[in-house]
Amino acid sequence: MSHDEQGKPAATATGVSRRGFITSVGSGAIGVAAAGALVKGAPPSPPPDTLKAGDLSAVTITVNGRRHQVLVEARWSLLYVLRDRLGLTGTKIGCERGECGACTVLIDGKARYACMTLAVEADGHEVTTVEGLMQGEELGPVQQAFAEDDAFQCGYCTPGQVMAAEGLLRENPSPTIEDVRHGMAGNICRCGAYAHIFTAVVKAADLKRGGR
Amino acid sequence: MLRTFAYVRPGSVGEALEQLEERGARVHAGGTDLLGCLRDGVFEASKVVSLSRIGELRGITAAPDGELRIGAMATIAALAAHPAVKERFTALSDAASVVASPQLRNQGTLGGNLCQRPRCWYYRGGYDCVRKGGETCYAIGGENQYHAIFGGGACWIVHPSDTAPALMALDARVRLVGPKGARVLPLEKFYLLPDDDATKETVLEPGEIVLGVQVPPPAKGTRSAYRKVRARGSWDFAMAGLAWAIAMDDGRVADARLVLSGVAPAPWRLHAVEKLLIRQRLDAKTVARAAAAAVVGAKPLEQNAYKVPLVRGLVEDALGAASRA
Repeated sequence: MSHDEQGKPAATATGVSRRGFITSVGSGAIGVAAAGALVKGAPPSPPPDTLKAGDLSAVTITVNGRRHQVLVEARWSLLYVLRDRLGLTGTKIGCERGECGACTVLIDGKARYACMTLAVEADGHEVTTVEGLMQGEELGPVQQAFAEDDAFQCGYCTPGQVMAAEGLLRENPSPTIEDVRHGMAGNICRCGAYAHIFTAVVKAADLKRGGR
Repeated sequence: MLRTFAYVRPGSVGEALEQLEERGARVHAGGTDLLGCLRDGVFEASKVVSLSRIGELRGITAAPDGELRIGAMATIAALAAHPAVKERFTALSDAASVVASPQLRNQGTLGGNLCQRPRCWYYRGGYDCVRKGGETCYAIGGENQYHAIFGGGACWIVHPSDTAPALMALDARVRLVGPKGARVLPLEKFYLLPDDDATKETVLEPGEIVLGVQVPPPAKGTRSAYRKVRARGSWDFAMAGLAWAIAMDDGRVADARLVLSGVAPAPWRLHAVEKLLIRQRLDAKTVARAAAAAVVGAKPLEQNAYKVPLVRGLVEDALGAASRA
């Protein structure tokens, strides 16, 4: 978490490592497959994507619908890239060990811990953060339900809770309270606002269906 | 911030094996256990070899002959939600649905779940314990409420997987490939006890990876389930769990496989219980004998004797459920 530890990008930047790392010209598998097909007599599979230790390499990550090309080190987490490279600080740093859920985002529509995901593993994928749930200036249905049901105290875990709820509701649009308990089990609220969080998720399901 | 490593994402199994020949290379499947171990300094990686681009490792297919084939990179969530798994391999779907949290199930893979490193706090902490090549098991005489009651010795970890005992109860085989070629093993032969080697949990050789798992079609009249007991209702590792697959024929046990989680350094198969159940009716007397047989040889440590009655209860409940089929 301390900033002086964070990769010393200036010292290690040696430009984009191009050897075999084709994502800088296209997004993920499509770019790779096309490049392979252009080489006569090429082996059936393209050469491995490679990032040298300490180098910065370009990856393409779509965040909240917008395509970003970002230079990353192999060891950087998606959480670090979202917050410190793209400035999307809605996603919170909690335990950084896959236990608390404060860093929950959606990858290809599924809830995941951004702290346990290497940024390079998100290359070519779609990431949704809490900022991406806004509908213009309006709150999205899950955010609205959390606000209406007072589903937080200090609020630190809330973006992660909201994203976990969003992921749950995309898979199960009409969860029972038991489904909600099971589906929200990957997020800790140290204030203990669980009772309100669970009812908010049920309400969010209503709001998403257009109800009130 | 993690220590620096190189990263490579091969497109085929052959390339992955080539990349893994380098000393210090580590496999990245879902990455949930790898990143945790790297953060905790349990081991280091000079290179991370990601299997995420190898599509052939992702599938879950129910073959026409009824065999279930699961690629090592199938996610735990995909396994939990798969209709054929739910219907015919219930123990596995039960187990997959209680692994960790929704976020980790969306990311974690079956191969990773089978190969994950133990959660013992001395192993994960900065202790030079037996499993890390040291001389002492700090759980003996230490904080050992979650440690093993069976199969200990030089080391008292419990194996953390839920899917492994379920797959073992379903008689699964695991497919491996490495520098010396491919091999298929009964899952039971995949795991090691400290008496075999206290520094690793599986027979995987350097550079060898899990390709997938094959589960034979269950015999007629088979039911299976997995129950996991945790210290809290929310996500946690098992204090103890029981996977079982029992085939009944005309009110009697035709075949039974029972495997415990959370009580031994490997999934712990209850051979003696299975043997005494064969051809029996699941009446109160048989159930009591089975529960007693399940804990023969248990060696609790100072703080985990509660696991002995817990195991008895799990066996009683499972056989009760099987008898109501």
